[in-house]
Amino acid sequence: MANPLAGVRAARHRLKETHPLSVLIAERLGLSVLLLWAVSVLIFAGVEALPGDFAETYLGQSATPQAIANIREDLGLDRPITTRYFEWLGGVVQGDFGNSWASGAPVSEQITKRLGNSLFLAFFAAVISVPLAVGLGMVAVHYRNRIPDRVINVVSLAAISLPEFFIGYILIVFFAVQMGVATFPSTVYDNMGWSERLAAIALPTATLVLVVLAHMMRMTRAAIISVMSSAYMETAELKGLGAFKAIVKHAAPNAIAPIVNVVALNLAYLVVGVVVVEVVFVYPGMGQYMVDAVTVRDMPVVQACGLIFAAVYILLNMAADIVAIVANPRLRHPR
Amino acid sequence: MTDPIKHFASRVTAHEMNRREFIGRSMAAGLTLAAATSLYGKAAMAQEPKRGGHLKLGLQGGSSTDVIDPAKSSSQFTFAMNRNWGDTLVESHPTSGLAVPSLAESWEPNADASVWTFKIRKGVEFHDGSELTIDDVVKTLNRHTDEKSESGALGVLGSIKGIENKGGDLVLTLSEGNADLPLLLSDYHLVIQPGGGYDNPNAGIGTGPFKIDNFEAGVRATFVKNENDWRTDRGFVDSVEMIVMNDATARMAALSSGQVHFINRVDPKTVGLLKRAPNVEIQTTSGRGHYVFIMHCNTAPFDNNDLRLALKYAMDRETMVEKILGGYGKVGNDFPINETYALFPEGIEQRTYDPDKAAFHFKKSGHDGSVLLRTSDVAFPGAVDAAVLYQETAKKAGIDIEIKREPGDGYWSNVWNVQPFSTSYWGGRPTQDQMYSTAYLSSADWNDTRFFNTHFDKILLEARAELDQAKRKEMYRDMALMVRDTGGLILPMFNDFVNATTTNVSGFVDDIGNDMSNGYVATRLWINS
Repeated sequence: MANPLAGVRAARHRLKETHPLSVLIAERLGLSVLLLWAVSVLIFAGVEALPGDFAETYLGQSATPQAIANIREDLGLDRPITTRYFEWLGGVVQGDFGNSWASGAPVSEQITKRLGNSLFLAFFAAVISVPLAVGLGMVAVHYRNRIPDRVINVVSLAAISLPEFFIGYILIVFFAVQMGVATFPSTVYDNMGWSERLAAIALPTATLVLVVLAHMMRMTRAAIISVMSSAYMETAELKGLGAFKAIVKHAAPNAIAPIVNVVALNLAYLVVGVVVVEVVFVYPGMGQYMVDAVTVRDMPVVQACGLIFAAVYILLNMAADIVAIVANPRLRHPR
Repeated sequence: MTDPIKHFASRVTAHEMNRREFIGRSMAAGLTLAAATSLYGKAAMAQEPKRGGHLKLGLQGGSSTDVIDPAKSSSQFTFAMNRNWGDTLVESHPTSGLAVPSLAESWEPNADASVWTFKIRKGVEFHDGSELTIDDVVKTLNRHTDEKSESGALGVLGSIKGIENKGGDLVLTLSEGNADLPLLLSDYHLVIQPGGGYDNPNAGIGTGPFKIDNFEAGVRATFVKNENDWRTDRGFVDSVEMIVMNDATARMAALSSGQVHFINRVDPKTVGLLKRAPNVEIQTTSGRGHYVFIMHCNTAPFDNNDLRLALKYAMDRETMVEKILGGYGKVGNDFPINETYALFPEGIEQRTYDPDKAAFHFKKSGHDGSVLLRTSDVAFPGAVDAAVLYQETAKKAGIDIEIKREPGDGYWSNVWNVQPFSTSYWGGRPTQDQMYSTAYLSSADWNDTRFFNTHFDKILLEARAELDQAKRKEMYRDMALMVRDTGGLILPMFNDFVNATTTNVSGFVDDIGNDMSNGYVATRLWINS
């Protein structure tokens, strides 16, 4: 073939016809790497643009010029920004995220623990909130514009309208302070028993469930209602299918794409967006870890946290797209 | 209990006042003989500490960037944490603020206070079983002062030129005389570590009443009792748990639900609510920390002393203490020293809010238009509110203050000590000399009022080496007047340290040294039930 690029394109086209899903995933993964790299540049530039460098902010008001100079020399902060960036990038490509400037300990070691805590909390919040939201959404459709629908809507909208820290405080006041039945603070640590851990995260989990419930529930309701008004649902009804059965068998599979997208967004939020809940419940997750690092401009930690957060978003969104494609044959063979 | 009597009672508990003195003073303060006698019994009983139990503290100020290395301690959390496992050579007395022996048994200056000899205590054991030697002491001080030092105490120890072991004693040679040297060694960074901490500064091996069991930066630290502690009057509980709680409401909830025994940094705005909880006791300690409005004396328009005086008279100090500190503080008098310092200059007239005088000086200064004040909530809690309050009181004197709210991030590097008029805070220092040397000496890095006065500098250096206390007090009085009447400092208030305990713990000592009973809170508290 005369044009090598045309050959590649043709090969890609053939591959796409035989293995549409694998090609899509491979393409997305390639793009993700590019995206992560862009994120790392943005974060690096962003932290550099903040006033004060690590040496100044870490020593704070008690800094002396000599101590600042010593720290800068120690960490090589006096070198140009590009040198430092590529040095860091070189390490990351080899799987080395470097050491935290503040503690001197390897970043990967510290992050594993914090990320584990974040995922632990997010997992339980998701396991409760996703089925609950989808279930309530279906119930709401079934009783559309009747009392159960109204109650579900009002309660979940009220919960989402309150700021998360406020919900947290209310739960603390009732369950920890007045009734004394819940564990507070929710601090988890090494060598803590499994049941103790679960008890500790009860209140933050409840808060997160309340915060993410409404969004997913309302999307489920809206998506199903829009499907319900389509012709094939009318057919289902005319052929004598029960209302609930019609929703589960015909409406839900067709409505799955928008629902999964919203679920993915909320799951990502549960992992990366809960710093306020962490602070209120004294829970040692990733959010607080990153905020602490940004406060003193601890670049290796900020970078690692930023990349993990970006990766979580990218992967969850990719998963949502894949689920949507698998569930809907029409999306598998786009014309 | 009224304040003075509570104070007397705490002095009884701290073995500083006997029965006769306590009853005499309490009756003078308005108590009947019977009441005073029974109160003395209670206070004296309180001095019998109970041992055992697990003490939990919820503390503001921890961060995941914290390390154990005392040289790098900069948060409230590590400050209190390091007090548990380590000792300094010298401590400061809880009520008088004078130097008292710790790992150094005694000390002696030469005639001009430029060479000091410290006797190091014998028979003290580190947590790893090794014995404390003069070598460890010398190496520790070296690590904080050598050319590679990243220590927060570097500035304090700047005048030390020689650190030597002479026949088993520590001999410190200074570049100039300093009568306060022992107190400088009570700085919380200067924890004595085996081998000076050169090998592993984060080991957490010291001579303190508790051994570090586990430390997770920004999360918590746990300790167990050091059974070989060289002192018996501290470290009463079996184990300690310090939890990082940076949210004020979370701390209050944890305390009032009995999950922790102690919290720091109670917000003055909500202290009234916390007081209502039946199992909570508020612990306030008058401190040396102060909130300030600072003007650069060398920058227009603040290079005009009349304008500075006008702005000083336009400050309503009483209202500031009432509104911004919720009453938990004392009014300031535009010099950075209060009566908790040794050699406090007495008889200086209190400056009060006087719109007429302010207007007079403002007119005399010839300044036209408004004055720009920069502020931010990080300057001190309630700084923006304080600026607005100040704007209102100044308006009554015909002075127009324009407020510019700056972002909190970067405030300390871009605004404080850079812009000519801003809000800020200062923590206290162990001595008057240190306070003035840090921020009012012409050559000081942190001369944040740009106060350049050669006469002041001269007296400061003379006073530093002066061993005659009466003469020294007189010198400090002159210095206070210079700063008050010609400086760029508006000091409306000294803030109290507001902490809280549950009612089932005792032993909290009102220590003027610093917040949280000067960081010794976990070593001083015991659990009653």
